[in-house]
Amino acid sequence: MTDHHDLPGRGHGGSAVLDRGGPPRRPRDPGPASTPSWRHRLSRWDLKVSPYLYVLPFFGVFAVIGLYPMLYTGYLSFFSWPRFGTAHGDAVGWANYAHVLQDPVFRKALVNTIGIFLLSSVPQIIVATLVAALLDMNLRGRSWWRMSVLLPFVVAPAATALIFGSLFADKSGLVNDVLGGLGLSPVHWHGDRFASWTAIATMVNWRWTGYNALILLAAMQAVPRDLYEAAAMDGASRVRQFVSVTLPSIRTTMMFVIITSTIGGLQIFTEPRLFDTNLQHQGGADYQYQTLAMYVFNTANSAVDPYPRAAAAAWLLFLLIIGFALLNFVLTRALQRRSLA
Amino acid sequence: MQNNSTRRWRRTLALGAAATLVGGLASACGSDDGSSSSLGKNDTLTITTFGDFGYADVIKKWNDDPDRPFKIKETRVAEWDTWKQTLTSDLQAGHGLTDVVAIEGDAMPQFLSEGASDQFVDLTDSSLDKRWVEYKYKAGQTADGKQIGYPTDAGPEAFCYRADLFKKAGLPSDRDDVAKIFATWDSYFAAGRDFVKAMPKTAWYDASGSIAQAMLNQVEFPFQTADNKIDVENDGLKNVYKTVTDNAKTLSTRAVQWSDDWTANFTNDGFATLPCPGWMFANVKSSAPKVKGWDIVDAFPGGGGNWGGSFLAVPKTSKHQKEAKQVASWLTDTEQQIGAFEKAGAYPANLAAEEQLTTTGKPDPYFNDAPTAQILANRAKAVPPGVPYKGDKYSDILGLLQTAIQRVDEGKSADSSWKTFTQAVARLS
Repeated sequence: MTDHHDLPGRGHGGSAVLDRGGPPRRPRDPGPASTPSWRHRLSRWDLKVSPYLYVLPFFGVFAVIGLYPMLYTGYLSFFSWPRFGTAHGDAVGWANYAHVLQDPVFRKALVNTIGIFLLSSVPQIIVATLVAALLDMNLRGRSWWRMSVLLPFVVAPAATALIFGSLFADKSGLVNDVLGGLGLSPVHWHGDRFASWTAIATMVNWRWTGYNALILLAAMQAVPRDLYEAAAMDGASRVRQFVSVTLPSIRTTMMFVIITSTIGGLQIFTEPRLFDTNLQHQGGADYQYQTLAMYVFNTANSAVDPYPRAAAAAWLLFLLIIGFALLNFVLTRALQRRSLA
Repeated sequence: MQNNSTRRWRRTLALGAAATLVGGLASACGSDDGSSSSLGKNDTLTITTFGDFGYADVIKKWNDDPDRPFKIKETRVAEWDTWKQTLTSDLQAGHGLTDVVAIEGDAMPQFLSEGASDQFVDLTDSSLDKRWVEYKYKAGQTADGKQIGYPTDAGPEAFCYRADLFKKAGLPSDRDDVAKIFATWDSYFAAGRDFVKAMPKTAWYDASGSIAQAMLNQVEFPFQTADNKIDVENDGLKNVYKTVTDNAKTLSTRAVQWSDDWTANFTNDGFATLPCPGWMFANVKSSAPKVKGWDIVDAFPGGGGNWGGSFLAVPKTSKHQKEAKQVASWLTDTEQQIGAFEKAGAYPANLAAEEQLTTTGKPDPYFNDAPTAQILANRAKAVPPGVPYKGDKYSDILGLLQTAIQRVDEGKSADSSWKTFTQAVARLS
């Protein structure tokens, strides 16, 4: 088994060196022989410029609807903006950041966000990997199985939240009815902090597990089948094959799934907001499941300096996500290095 | 085969992406609908309301009338809190609002404050001075007398109660006899304790928050003094908070108003009484269409109270301000207000409509043939004018107080919840 070092996705350390070299450069001088023809120049132009033209639309749109709002948000976070005003007021330095960081609700929302994120992303990726591995086997009616794991993803998040909202209703909910039927005491799905996180994470997992499973499945299908045959011949069990062939081979895809679900998990908004029974949408009466994205939204509708304070909170959330993404990256890289060594 | 289909997939995806992009750009550029202010017969004037204002039928009548100079289109947002957020951000953005917007009564003060009121058209019209009940009319004016909103409905409160459950618990159940239970808050809570002793599975009232709201509507300065200084450490407010939180465990369902559990309690004998402004009638009927036994008493503990009642305003961003003002005035006129009451139970702030309803109002079979219009007219007379004082932060602090009461419902101690409340209030400035 250990011989198969050139598994796809494994050879990163080696090939990265090659990649950096890039295509061999062409000599600069046009040569004295003849001035290139118009057609020739055009095709060289085409070669050099058109790749950039192809990617330009994306970056153009991104600059307008992604980068500009982000930078403007950063700019705005240093000003005041009275409620209902049509333009921002005076510069206030770091006061908005100070206000947000001193807010006990912000700190609570930070803990909630990380808690819900861990409760959703971790089980989600583990289950998605297992589901993908099952789907990768020779099942009857393969397409049917694959489509059905994606089904929850097709349902609009608002509909999901409504359905789960009534499942997890504290007194009239189905989950508590079932628990009562089993002789267990009902759970305060909205009142209890951990229970509310669990309920919200359940909604997230229900929606995203199938989606991630399909992405991982695509990666698993790209693993050359002869590796499994070789492993089987070496006497590796199914479990061993999964651990030593499948998992290492899908590592890059795994990283993609982990990073996207980190970003999504930290930005979670729709599920807790629609789960919320508090009339002011505070994420529970004691802010027990208010997430950072909800905090940003609520602050933007609050009494004093709504936009700048929300902008400051949004930037803090952005930095948090970058931090988590980097941490993921470093950890995955370190793991990869260690397993290569 | 696979290759072919993936390619087709990709092309479809690319096409879809391109279409989305083009569509997005087109709609981004297409929001400017010209600056002409005249409306033709086929043009529409737009209005946004929340909940059910009961305007559907009267607007349909307008649109069916060939003599009307333009059409009206109403957008209904499900609840005020959602609409408030859109309204706020659209006001700040300076576009995106309809020609006429509905504003909830408790939130009106913040839209009347300096800076906000500049963004609305002054609707002052001295010929309308006697049209509405005075406390509602004044509540739509800024401090310097600009009329920002025309009152639509008022929310004089009666009490709805389950006569069948009262009877089971051994309490009087007849509409006239129960009035003495609802005479004062003390008699109300005392009867509640008797009731839950006899009927331990049913709570006395629907939610701690609704009783708090009802009691609060009788406190003169609950959150802010007359010069808009925040003061939540006053006896009136503390008394409401203490009474409600003390009784939460015994008398309340401890469900949050409008939540799934709250709605379910209407049909499963979850509670026996709830404060009932006119607009609540429709909620009772739609939450418990099959339950028999609901009735309305012509009394309210501690005198009277007004809960809710909204306004129509015209934002300055409207390109048809003259027509918008005309429609706002038309919708709040007598005939339309009677239509709205019949449709959705929204009790008019319009005096002539009130008077007409008292004489022509039909008894409501759902509520055991209660003369709803007469009851609400009597309740309106009991409303103390100008109480409670609603400062510019009324709606914000009210929200925080309701949240604080919910915390106690969910098991937090009243003291610690009050501390969180005062901290949150302090962060409003």
